[in-house]
Amino acid sequence: MDRNNRGKVGKDNVELDNNKNGDVCWWLLHKGLASFFLCISMFGLLVRWTVSLHSYSGAGNPPKFGDYEAQRHWMEITVNLPAQDWYINSTKNDLSYWGLDYPPLTAYQSYIHGLFLRFFDPESVTLFTSRGYESYTGKLLMRFTVLSSDLLIFFPSVLYFIHAYYDVHSRGRKADVAWHILLILINPCLVLIDHGHFQVIKLNSALLFKLSPLSFCFVNLMSTYFAPAFFSHLLGKCLRRKHPLLEISKLGLVVLGTFAMVWWPYLHSRDAALQVLSRLAPFERGIYEDYVANFWCTSSVLIKWKRLFPTQSLRLFSMVATILACLPSMIQQILAPSSKGFLYGLLNSSLSFYLFSFQVHEKSILLPLLPATLLAMEWPRPFKLLTHYALFSMFPLVCRDNLILPYIALYALCIFLYHPPGGRWDGAKRHHSTPLTLVSVLLTLAYLGSLVLHIVYLTVRPPERYPFLFEALIMLLSFSHFVLFAFHTNTKQWMLSGHLIGSDKGKKQH
Amino acid sequence: MASRQSMLQNHPEICRHLLWFFGVAACVKLLLIPSYHSTDFEVHRHWLALTRSLPLSQWYSDETSPWTLDYPPFFAYFEYFLSFFARLVDPQIVDVHQGLNYEADTVVYFQRISVIVSDLCLVYGIYRLTRKLEAKKRVAMWILVIWSPALVIVDHMHFQYNGFLLGLLMLSISYLQDGRDVMGGFLFAVLLCFKHLFAVAGPVYFVYLLRHYCRGGLLKGLGRLAAMGTVVVAVFAAAFGPFFYHGQIQQVISRMFPFGRGLCHAYWAPNFWVFYIILDKGLAFLLKKFGIDIPTPAASFTGGLVGDSSPFAVLPQVTPLSTLIMVLLALSPCLVKIWKNPHPGSVARWISYAYTCGFLFGWHVHEKASLHFVIPLAIVAVQSLEDAQHYFLLSIATCYSLFPLLYEAQEYPIKVVLLLLHSMLMWFGFSAKFSKVKPPTISDNKKTRKKGSSSSSSRSGEEGEFVIGWGGKCYIIGIVIVETWGQLLHPYFLGDKLPFAPLLLISIYCGVEVVYSWVWQLKRIMAD
Repeated sequence: MDRNNRGKVGKDNVELDNNKNGDVCWWLLHKGLASFFLCISMFGLLVRWTVSLHSYSGAGNPPKFGDYEAQRHWMEITVNLPAQDWYINSTKNDLSYWGLDYPPLTAYQSYIHGLFLRFFDPESVTLFTSRGYESYTGKLLMRFTVLSSDLLIFFPSVLYFIHAYYDVHSRGRKADVAWHILLILINPCLVLIDHGHFQVIKLNSALLFKLSPLSFCFVNLMSTYFAPAFFSHLLGKCLRRKHPLLEISKLGLVVLGTFAMVWWPYLHSRDAALQVLSRLAPFERGIYEDYVANFWCTSSVLIKWKRLFPTQSLRLFSMVATILACLPSMIQQILAPSSKGFLYGLLNSSLSFYLFSFQVHEKSILLPLLPATLLAMEWPRPFKLLTHYALFSMFPLVCRDNLILPYIALYALCIFLYHPPGGRWDGAKRHHSTPLTLVSVLLTLAYLGSLVLHIVYLTVRPPERYPFLFEALIMLLSFSHFVLFAFHTNTKQWMLSGHLIGSDKGKKQH
Repeated sequence: MASRQSMLQNHPEICRHLLWFFGVAACVKLLLIPSYHSTDFEVHRHWLALTRSLPLSQWYSDETSPWTLDYPPFFAYFEYFLSFFARLVDPQIVDVHQGLNYEADTVVYFQRISVIVSDLCLVYGIYRLTRKLEAKKRVAMWILVIWSPALVIVDHMHFQYNGFLLGLLMLSISYLQDGRDVMGGFLFAVLLCFKHLFAVAGPVYFVYLLRHYCRGGLLKGLGRLAAMGTVVVAVFAAAFGPFFYHGQIQQVISRMFPFGRGLCHAYWAPNFWVFYIILDKGLAFLLKKFGIDIPTPAASFTGGLVGDSSPFAVLPQVTPLSTLIMVLLALSPCLVKIWKNPHPGSVARWISYAYTCGFLFGWHVHEKASLHFVIPLAIVAVQSLEDAQHYFLLSIATCYSLFPLLYEAQEYPIKVVLLLLHSMLMWFGFSAKFSKVKPPTISDNKKTRKKGSSSSSSRSGEEGEFVIGWGGKCYIIGIVIVETWGQLLHPYFLGDKLPFAPLLLISIYCGVEVVYSWVWQLKRIMAD
């Protein structure tokens, strides 16, 4: 091939490129969305497994270790004791050492994982002697339990969600759907916490995708964060049917039925059920721990909540605050239930739980993040900011677990994936860039500020008088963003109904 | 002229896209830092220490560690360069005695990241090769090379610097394709002084440069030959000169060519000798059954040559010289072809073929050496449909043959997912490149018109659709069966008996594909 000729071919393709908006990732979609989904889930698996090569929470740190040991201990307890004794303090089950404090469904999951561990490495789940058990195979098996629950539950639910979501809103290009899949499957926070830190959050989040009453009950059994949204959405929907009372009672029956099914081992006496409940709500631990970017912890810089009030009244405060914060989105859903509004509702209620409820952990930001991911295509830029700050708020936790390298790598990876050259969001930015100068300046400042704090946190030793100065700064910065974000999403949700009130009446019929 | 300008303007964009591909890969590579690494990791660490702490005259005579320096001088200089930074990171890395088997995070991070950064050389090579290609070919090649799972397994898990070295090779090929022969020859000479295993393509370079560069009359030809010779000699002088000065040259050569090693590496690379050995064993078994007594060989294939005893029971002994002759014999048809028609368009094909021959018939070949022909073949693979189909299977087979390198349970999911992902991306890339349905664009019409008018346009099979034939499908299913046998059924049925049978099976199975690929490439070259 001579030079001249190659030049011509090159030129033709430059034109071709321009026609396609310079998107280099078109070939991924060439074979359809199903293949794309398969491909991305492969990549997701790769990323997850490579993250799991790294350290985990509390590795080699006796006597209490960390969340890894907690999960392993639950497996040990659930495999070796009958279900009635799981939540009861006894000679065989010392609740002060990582006692079960998640609802029964998580316990069942631990039980299944425990059986798996016992099959391959019995030593890792023997009663008492396995405490603090750490070994090469043990770690692999534990990591594998998380990976398998991802593979079996999370990935199919994402597929289901995408299917349902884009069937209803049948607009949007193929590329949009594709990027949405990518965003959900490769969410840096989720991957980092589940496969790095060690947690099995996937199961409860996965069920979210199924917008049915049955899953409602399941989700509630695992986390109350989403309960208000489910409740209001379903209530709102029932009220619009022909026989609201009948529908509500049907719903109630289903909910009660599932509850009864899952709680069966604890329903034989009132004491047993109460015991489980008291384990689930550990009020004795205080209103906040460490440095969480929520309201109580942040305001404690000025108001020493823990000193001023007894736990009893703090409990009340937090409950009232949480309900108040949830209320606007709940009302919106009862008045005008819609599937998109429901996603917003999920986001708002979980965010208000994160900000105002009792005993919140840094990791809980994952719960609001999940519905946010589902809505990511609605508002890419705020979503990116939220992901950024969610990651950032967990940075001290990540440092404690020795996971800085995967943190950096995942962060970089998500920057690359969110900005494919010539891809969707690049194009979107080009369209909107002109009128938002002030906003973009602020955004740049926000990103820059956190970047600087990252570096400062890693390199500078805090002054003696304030050993947790930088943690507090990170918390303040993240908190301010989360609050702004909560306002933003609430208004978004209400604006949604403003548009919908007219058109929604048509939908009521079916 | 106008077209060239528009292309030039587009270059930064290509660069950006390429860097995006590299960035995604680099993130995964960063995540792979704590994964398993072989003794090669300690080998390279020791070389860092050696070059930093000892004077140049002792580099090739030091015996503090069993991992003596056995790469040519440029690689030693490269390690010397890296050791500057290594000392800044942690002085213990470069300590000859204290650093032995040093496994701290600092050394792991430093060495792993040095590999990732040195991969930029490969990225530049690919950039030079692809900057003038059409978009589909370009992206397909990026997928094949930048996201190559074989490179990830060998460089970023097992630990070596192949990406960097292959980058030099790619650069050299790209200069040859552009017609800048001196630069191509120079880079190849440099590459040889980094790793002499690349010398297998030497004859191809020699014949090609002789016929393509040194032409145009006797006088001009001789002048050009002298010029090229000067360049190559200068490179070698720069590499070996200092050792010559210190009187170490004998030592350097003896370290670089340790013929004391056996015909095969500890794990048998999927090449011709696997079949040879199997044939020998089979014949010996049969003869014994028929009552003919043959002495059992004392020597092993992997060990050195013990005296005059042959490791073979029936078939003739194989010596390094005979392997060399076989490689040259296998190369000769290709060399004749180059002599007759040295055109730059086929350089990549010839060079890959040379490395295929070297892999198939060479002495003490590592399975890792398959990278030497799989990566340059990617240049060829995007050119036509048949090439793509051939490459698809070859790439899967050679990647699979690397599986035994990572034998620990922790890495098992990684290598499997890498291979699956690679096959899938390759499939996407190729079927996007070779599809019947073309996007109806205005420029497309123009293009076909142009094609009709200019008869010399490339002979690409763009009309066909990328499908994997039944043979290929059977082969891929076979891989699944071989892997299932090795991982599940073999331990289940046979327990600890015949522990090497699964590895042998992998060697044989991948060897079939490599031999097929060799024949295919030869046929293709002869048909050109």
